[in-house]
Amino acid sequence: MTAQKTADQAGPEAAARYLIRGASPLGKEQTDLLVQDGRIVEIGSGLSARSATVIDAAGLIALPGMVDPHTHLREPGREDAETVETGSRAAALGGYTAVHAMANSSPVADTAGVVEQVFSLGRDAGWVDVRPVGAVTVGLAGKQLAELGAMADSRARVRIFSDDGICVSDPVLMRRALEYVKAFDGVIAQHAQEPRLTEGAQMNEGKVSAVLGLAGWPAVAEESIIARDVLLAQHVDSRLHICHVSTAGSVELIRWAKARGIKVTAEVTPHHLWLTEELVRSYNPVYKVNPPLRAEEDVAALRAALADGTIDVIGTDHAPHPSEAKDCEWAQAAMGMTGLETALSVVQHTMIESGLLDWEGFARVTSVAPARIGRLAGQGRPLAVGEPANLVLVDPAARWTVDPRTMATKGLNSPFSGRVLPGAVVATFYRGHPTVLDGKLNSPYRQANPRGIQGEH
Amino acid sequence: MRHLLSTQDLSLENAIRILDTAEEMAAVGEREVKKLPALRGRTVVNLFFEDSTRTRISFEAAAKRLSADVINFSAKGSSVSKGESLKDTAQTLEAMSADAVVIRHWASGAPAQLATSGWIDAAVINAGDGTHEHPTQALLDAFTMRRHLSRLNGTDSTGSNLVGLRVAIAGDVLHSRVARSNVWLLQTLGAEVTLVAPPTLLPVGVEHWPCAVSYDLDSVLEAGVDAIMVLRVQAERMNDSFFPSTREYSRRWGLDDARLARLDTLGMKDTIIMHPGPMNRGLEISSAAADSSRSTVLAQVRNGVSVRMAVLYLALSGDLRDPPPRLPPPRTAVDNRPNTRADETRENAR
Repeated sequence: MTAQKTADQAGPEAAARYLIRGASPLGKEQTDLLVQDGRIVEIGSGLSARSATVIDAAGLIALPGMVDPHTHLREPGREDAETVETGSRAAALGGYTAVHAMANSSPVADTAGVVEQVFSLGRDAGWVDVRPVGAVTVGLAGKQLAELGAMADSRARVRIFSDDGICVSDPVLMRRALEYVKAFDGVIAQHAQEPRLTEGAQMNEGKVSAVLGLAGWPAVAEESIIARDVLLAQHVDSRLHICHVSTAGSVELIRWAKARGIKVTAEVTPHHLWLTEELVRSYNPVYKVNPPLRAEEDVAALRAALADGTIDVIGTDHAPHPSEAKDCEWAQAAMGMTGLETALSVVQHTMIESGLLDWEGFARVTSVAPARIGRLAGQGRPLAVGEPANLVLVDPAARWTVDPRTMATKGLNSPFSGRVLPGAVVATFYRGHPTVLDGKLNSPYRQANPRGIQGEH
Repeated sequence: MRHLLSTQDLSLENAIRILDTAEEMAAVGEREVKKLPALRGRTVVNLFFEDSTRTRISFEAAAKRLSADVINFSAKGSSVSKGESLKDTAQTLEAMSADAVVIRHWASGAPAQLATSGWIDAAVINAGDGTHEHPTQALLDAFTMRRHLSRLNGTDSTGSNLVGLRVAIAGDVLHSRVARSNVWLLQTLGAEVTLVAPPTLLPVGVEHWPCAVSYDLDSVLEAGVDAIMVLRVQAERMNDSFFPSTREYSRRWGLDDARLARLDTLGMKDTIIMHPGPMNRGLEISSAAADSSRSTVLAQVRNGVSVRMAVLYLALSGDLRDPPPRLPPPRTAVDNRPNTRADETRENAR
């Protein structure tokens, strides 16, 4: 694909008019899409290219820009691991137009000041919407509620609250948090991990941990918290989101809760849809992640749950680490994997090429549902006239080899390093502006009034 | 294989080769001059991130009997305890041209990482990693059992396996690298293994292991056993509710005086008692059991040197899959005793 400007175009920023020629929205019949001033203004075949930059999208699938409910951008505090700039570049390259930045920065995103800082850094970077997640408790300490209302009312308009990385294990605190966020239509995103059952845990507890002599992280530690929390959510009639569901038992509990009408949503990471604990036999810390890689039957259950809607969304849990955090003994290594630039390909491999999901389903789990959970206006919208032009063009036939050193994220800790993956992001449009063209970073979106206070678009 | 990282990936052929080579090495230990020039000019580094005087001196004696230069690198009081990474330590050793690194580490998998990360080119010998494996301990245990079996059968131990030998391993299997290495190696050699432990001290997933599992030591003894390997149990485990008290542990799973006597009444006169050491006398094993004529504890220690000589020799002389090495001939006819079987018997009789 090449972007060609027509002769009569005045300049790069003046027109901001793009004709996407011959794309297949959600993998359906080919059509043209005209993007202007941040919106989709026309859809149909044979649209006029007059004064527009033409993008030949024959063979490409058009999807709504992906929305990540779960990203670690590490800034403020660990700019050696990632910054909002590098992380949001990675997001754009991965087909994202919005990411939720988790609260476990340093300082913790537990005040309006910190979430506004992260929000501003994201807006200044201009690659995607950066929506901060607010901490549930002060300092992620699990003792006292953070000022959730102040974060909700801030310019960052926080709606997802999470102590991700640490479970809100105190049942009373969890109950109060679930209740409290109803005041501003928030949701508590729970990192389901019973702390006592996982002290020193290194990997999934089962037949592989028994052989490797690594302390086990039993499935029951996740499932017991989910069971408790769906009942709490039912009791106080609140919204609950379960981060990175990783076991077949968790899927059963969520399916049961949804059948009872409990307002629970659930997320799965790309790596849990593919990788298993067998990889830990190498003792290579690139496979160390929390929750841990599980067994084959868990992977199968997670895929089925994502296909049937029991699991609502893909969350990358993108967790970049400096190389020294992984170049060490397994027990000392940091937990986490990068994911923003591989998510689309991994989901294509695990869900679409396996026949479990079509591209419409892909849009549901990577864009529509996460935008709805985060109450993120302007994202996850249909590809229709008048809608914001947050969209991505994907070449499903592409094949590429993962090389972390060529990625935009600072993290080299991709568990897919060296694997050949299907599907590539060719272009990403964020607010009508191509942040990615020809599979490469183009330029960030610049608003007319970058310092001004602005609402959601 | 260049490295010895675990017994799980040790083939029967290589296991027998190590044990047979250890028999030849044991003969060296009987000579007046207990030294071979086999590894002259080679450097063996004992890299110990965890205190273990017994294992370290065993490896040190083994390397020295093969004329290797030995460097002991202990994590305590070194740059390692000041936050130097395993990677940097490994590369330092590499820069010093270590030919073999004997590594003891508190973290499971550290030897495997050392061998596969590309940080270092030396042969890596696992001297115990976390709760993963302790392959040379299992090899010396197998060596001890093989000699015992050969003595009973009146056959030569060289070349033989452990088919038919009934082994009970009793104790804290969950936290034991010795148990893991023994389960794999004994299965490879054809022995029948039964693990005996409280359910709290068995790993989830043990049902996939190639052995039987029991919670009842008495019934295992009654069913008949040729070797009882008792594992060390740390008294502090009771603080984590693995068992209610040391007394209850001893009553149910300890090899106490009553069970020692039971071996006699059950007519198992040839059953041996093994322990990898250090022992908690009065907890997992009574003093009478530890000091009985059945005990092979000291023989195990002595055999450890022979087995470690064999491992170092095979790792440094080339691929273990190569034909068995030929040792230089003994220096004097006086020292040329065929094996130490008689000595073994003496040890057992003490």
